[in-house]
Parts: sequence; C-alpha cells; structure tokens
Amino acid sequence: MRRHPGLFLTIILSITILAGVFIYPKGFGLSTSPWRLGLDLVGGSHLIYKVDLSKVSSADHASVLNGLRDVIENRVNLFGVSEPQVYLSKGSDGNNLVVELAGIKKIEDAIKMIGETPLLEFKEVEENGSSTEFITPMFPIDGVPTALTGRHVKSAQVTFDPNTNKPQVSLEFNDEGAQIFELLTEANVGKVVAIFLDGVLIEAPVVQTKISGGQAVISGNFNIQTAKQLVERFNAGALPAPVTLINQQTISATLGADSLHKALMAGLIGTLLVMIFMVLYYRYLGIFAAIALVIYVSLTLGIFKLFSITMTLAGLAGFILTIGMAVDANILIFERVKEEIKRGLSRANAIEEGFKRAWPSIRDSNISTIITALVLYFLTSSFVKGFAITLLMGVAVSMFSAITTTRLLLKTFVKDIHQAK
Amino acid sequence: MNIIGQRKIYLTISAIIVVVGLFLVFNFGFKEGIDFKGGTLWQIKLDESTTTAEVEELFTTQISEAGEIKVNTDITNDAFLIRFQPISEPDHQKFLSVIKAKYPTATELSFQSIGPSIGAQLKKNAMIAVLLAIIAVSLYIAFAFRKVSRPISSWKYGIVTMATLLHDIVVPAGLIAYLGSTAHGAEIDSNFVVALLVIMGFSVHDTIVVFDRIRENLLHQRGKTEFGETINQSVNQTMARSINTSLTLIIVLLVMFFAGPVNLKYFILTLLVGVATGVYSSIFVASPLLLVWQRFSERKTTPK
Repeated sequence: MRRHPGLFLTIILSITILAGVFIYPKGFGLSTSPWRLGLDLVGGSHLIYKVDLSKVSSADHASVLNGLRDVIENRVNLFGVSEPQVYLSKGSDGNNLVVELAGIKKIEDAIKMIGETPLLEFKEVEENGSSTEFITPMFPIDGVPTALTGRHVKSAQVTFDPNTNKPQVSLEFNDEGAQIFELLTEANVGKVVAIFLDGVLIEAPVVQTKISGGQAVISGNFNIQTAKQLVERFNAGALPAPVTLINQQTISATLGADSLHKALMAGLIGTLLVMIFMVLYYRYLGIFAAIALVIYVSLTLGIFKLFSITMTLAGLAGFILTIGMAVDANILIFERVKEEIKRGLSRANAIEEGFKRAWPSIRDSNISTIITALVLYFLTSSFVKGFAITLLMGVAVSMFSAITTTRLLLKTFVKDIHQAK
Repeated sequence: MNIIGQRKIYLTISAIIVVVGLFLVFNFGFKEGIDFKGGTLWQIKLDESTTTAEVEELFTTQISEAGEIKVNTDITNDAFLIRFQPISEPDHQKFLSVIKAKYPTATELSFQSIGPSIGAQLKKNAMIAVLLAIIAVSLYIAFAFRKVSRPISSWKYGIVTMATLLHDIVVPAGLIAYLGSTAHGAEIDSNFVVALLVIMGFSVHDTIVVFDRIRENLLHQRGKTEFGETINQSVNQTMARSINTSLTLIIVLLVMFFAGPVNLKYFILTLLVGVATGVYSSIFVASPLLLVWQRFSERKTTPK
C-alpha cells in the first residue's frame, strides 16, 4: 500500500460505490433487494413461550423440543407471514420457544393459533336417571392415557357428504389412535358417542358398528370455511408439549415505521454535523476525515446487508453512535499531526509521525469499547444483541476507515509526502 | 491550564457531584422497568381530548382486573403509556375491546407483557454483564499499562480508571433515579444497563488517551521531570482530543435525543449525561487522582 496509494484508494472507493448501490438500489434506479428489519421497525410480534417438559422423559427432551418447533413453525406458516422466525432458547428456568412474526395484522389470531392443540374428544353417554351425562372413556394402552386427541390424527381433509353435499372433515388416525378408536366404537355399538372439539360438542352420532382401520368422519355443522380451518389445524399437528405465553411484545406497523424514519433522519443529520465539525476544526485534514466517514457509513451498512444482519431499533442506535466514534481515530491522529508540525516537522512528515504515534492510544481505547460490545453480545437478550453487533462491527470498520482510508487519501492528495521520503 | 495545581478544586467538585448522584440513587431508588420486574406496558393512542384521569378512571371502573395501573403520557406520539401487572392474551383482547367500546378511534401502538420469571432472568443477565465488563476492562487496563511502573505501578492506573468509570456512571444513574421519582417516570431496564456499559467503554476510552500520553511522556523523560509536571503536561497536550472525540459523539447523541425515536429517549439521555461527565472526568479527575495516590504512597514510605 505504501507504493501505490492511488491504486488501493481506487479499490476502496469502488467497493464503497458498490456498497452504496447495494444498500440503496432504489436511488440508482435498480430493483430493491430487501433489508432485514427487526420487528420494532416494521411492526410485528415477539412471543416467548415457556415449554412444559415435566411430562416428557429427559431422554426425549431434544426431540420433543425440535418437534414442537416444527409444529409451531407449520402453524405460523399458515399465516403467510414473511420470514417467520421460530427458535428455541434456553432460559435459566427451563426451555423457551421464541416466535417472531413480522408485519402481521391480526396478532390475536396468531397467538390463539400457536398455543392451541385442537383437542378432539370422544365421550360416551351415560344415562343418569332422566338426564344424560357425557363421560370421557379411558382405554389404557401401553400405559398412555388414551383419550383421543388431535395428537392421534395422522391427516385430515375436507370431504363432502355424498347425500347432503355438506362439507365434513375426514380424519385418519395413526396406529395408536386407530386402536383407541376401534376399542371405543366396539364398546359402544348401538350407543351414542359424542364428539367434542376443544370442549365444544360437535355432534353425537350413534355408533352403528365397530370401526377399525382408523378412519372417521366428523360431519358436524360446518361450512367450507370452518371445515378448512379445522383441517389446517389438524394437519399442522398437535403440540407434543404444552406451551404458555410468558412474554409478548407487539409493535404496530405505524410506530415501527415512525421509529425507522426518525432513526434514519437522526443518523443522516448526525453524520452531516460530524462532517461539518471535522472540516471546521481540522480544515484540510478534516475534509479527508469527512470523506472517510462517508466511506465508513457506506461500507458498514454494506456489511450489515451482505451478512443479512437484522436491523433492529437498538442496532440502528448502535450504528448511529459509531458514526460519532468513527472519527475519533482521525481526531487522535490529527491532533498528533498538529503537534508534530509545531515541533517543526514538514507537513508530510508530521502526517506520517501522527499516524504512527497515535496508533497505541487508538488501539487501546477502541479495545475497551470492543470488550463492552462483546460482553453485551454474549450476555444479553436478542434486542440488546442487535446493538452489540452493530457497535462491534462499527468500531472494527471505523478503525479501518479512519486509519487506512484516511492515510491513503492523504498520501494520494497531499503530494509532498513522497518527496519527503 | 494548571489542572494539577488546582486539583483540589476539581476533585472537590467531583466529590460533590458523586455525593449528589449517590444521594439521588439511594434516596429515590430506581423504578424497575417491566423487562426487569415483569409487567405490561401498553402504548395506546386515544381521542386527542382524552386526559390521564379519564384513562385511569376507565381502568378502575371497567378494567379493574388489571389491578394497580400507572398512566403516563407519551407526548411525541400523542399516546398513553399504561403499566400494570402481566396479563394473558385473552385478557389483553378483553381489555382492548373495553377500551374500543369507549374510544372507537383507539389504536394500539405497542403492547408488551413480560412474565416475572423472564424479568428476573434479564435482570440477572444484566448484572452479570455489568460485573464482567468491569472486570474485563480493568484487567485490560492493567495489561495495557504493564510497561509503566514508575513512579506508580501499572495496576494503579487500572484502579484510577475504574474510579473514573464509577464516577461517570453515578451521575447518569442519579439523574435517572431522580427522573423516575418525578412525573417522567423514567425506569431502568435493559437499555439503561446497555447505556451504562457503553458509558463505561467511553469513559475508559477517554481516560486511556490521557494515560497513554502520560505513559509516553514518562518513558521519554525518564524521571527527569517531576511526576506532577509530567501529568499536567500530558493532560494539556491531550485536552483538545479528549474534548473533540467526545464532542463528535455528543453531537450525534443530541441529534438522536431531539430528532430520534421516542422509545430511545432515556437511553440517549443516559448516554449523553454519562459521556459529558466522562469528558470532565478524563481531564479533571483521572490524572489528578493519579498524583494524589502517588503523593499519598510516597508520604507513607519516605519517613521510614
């Protein structure tokens, strides 16, 4: 880099321009590739569920948790949310499942859908004097409590009653479910078996004959809409372990958009003011710092987008802070340069000396910020993590931009550097 | 500037600031935000003419299940911030329908409900993070100054940096404790802890620039100049950069405070106050403390 500052500078500038096109393609008349924006900027819901594994043997924990995640992912996908995030996280008091839904309108429906296991119950009817009472039969098979639930449904589909042409739901049970169903129908030939869904009576048909093979039809009083909904819920699967919603954060799209707009404005104004300050205070040196700052902003945002780092409000705040810090190294160097010029060095030599002498304090002072960012990253929750990542990357890139870029700029444009050598 | 000569004045000012800060913290205490103690924070936009008292009345008469509530206004969004115990989603919808029945134009800006167990965990993590950051940073400082051990040993730079750091944290902490006791209802939450950690980072950043110059000057002068004089020179030589590096950050923070998102208001305010205190302490506190300590240990050892 010492020999060909112009060449390296050209490379950096080209990358910067590419990064600029990449982060804001619209401005260059190109099609937009989307940023990954956090829920607090686009609106949406961040839900944390506590998973109750008390009824699962510890050997099965991992598979149950993964199964749970898959089932909930299926359910969430039914909502057609763009890029829903469903992931497991370990809390101090057990296992949590985090669901992030961006840009969803009817969050209450989603919450209802996620937490519910469609509970299908077949109840026998007991004559009790003149009144009838429904009781849930329990047929123990392999020690598992066998009230038939949505867990036993292998697949479900909407069919139509050939006689009335009304929509109905056909169920196919898995082996365990088929056995239970067979025993249930066998014990109740000629009697009424009531079908409950989520505690609501759907229908109470009289069992004609023992049904084996695990096929059942619920004819109920469905319209196509409700039949379809039920089928979706069955097919999405039942939850292998119960979950409780313990944390909810929902941000409306308007508030998110407002936050995004304000943060971007603040970032823009902040950058401009810092540039103006640098030029006013450090004159010609400041111009180079200002150019380096633009390069910094462009490169850093390019990196965020390239690695699809989700930009949250906290992350944006962290990035904007680094704009104020990015010129720190320049200030340390320029102050040093001023001192060296006072000491009688030529401008070019003073610049060389300034870079060399300021390095230890730039390194030491940035390391303390890096330590803080690392601690934040590893020890905190997802919202703060966004802040830590942008702060960390910002500090790293700013050292590059303030030192390497500024140095190349100065070498290329302050001509007497070469002569002084 | 003869900072070292007038160190008594500066250190006294700092002592007063710290005492006031500590007084505010212990007198008012911190209001914990919902992410630490669990609870619900609901941001709702109602009709423009609605008053806080009306919202409170609606809750006490028709939504009494919410329990004790606290209503603040969010002027920038023209909305209300309502805080109460954690509630379930069905309750959330039930409350919302009651509100919508009274105010048909009501719009929900954000809703956050955190169970107490998550809150306790976040709080624990935050405290561990603060402790770890303090330990890591002080180890790092001791390491960075390992080569300079005369006239005072390198670990003392570390301790003084730590003292400066605590000084810089007490001031914003006191302010937030005070604001928490007023109608502003400032609360401490994860963001507050992040702000403190960032202030710590900057405080060390600033102090290191000065100490680094002291280190350099000491190596150059090899004991020819008196320690106090070396310190004074170093502080004066680095003053412009101490101020300017923080000033650029303060510019950005001020813009964020006035034009940035409202949700970050207290986060930015904490940072602003902390960074500003950091400028003062890196010039007027850290270096004088070094000298005070050196004089103190000299007095202890020389008479023997």
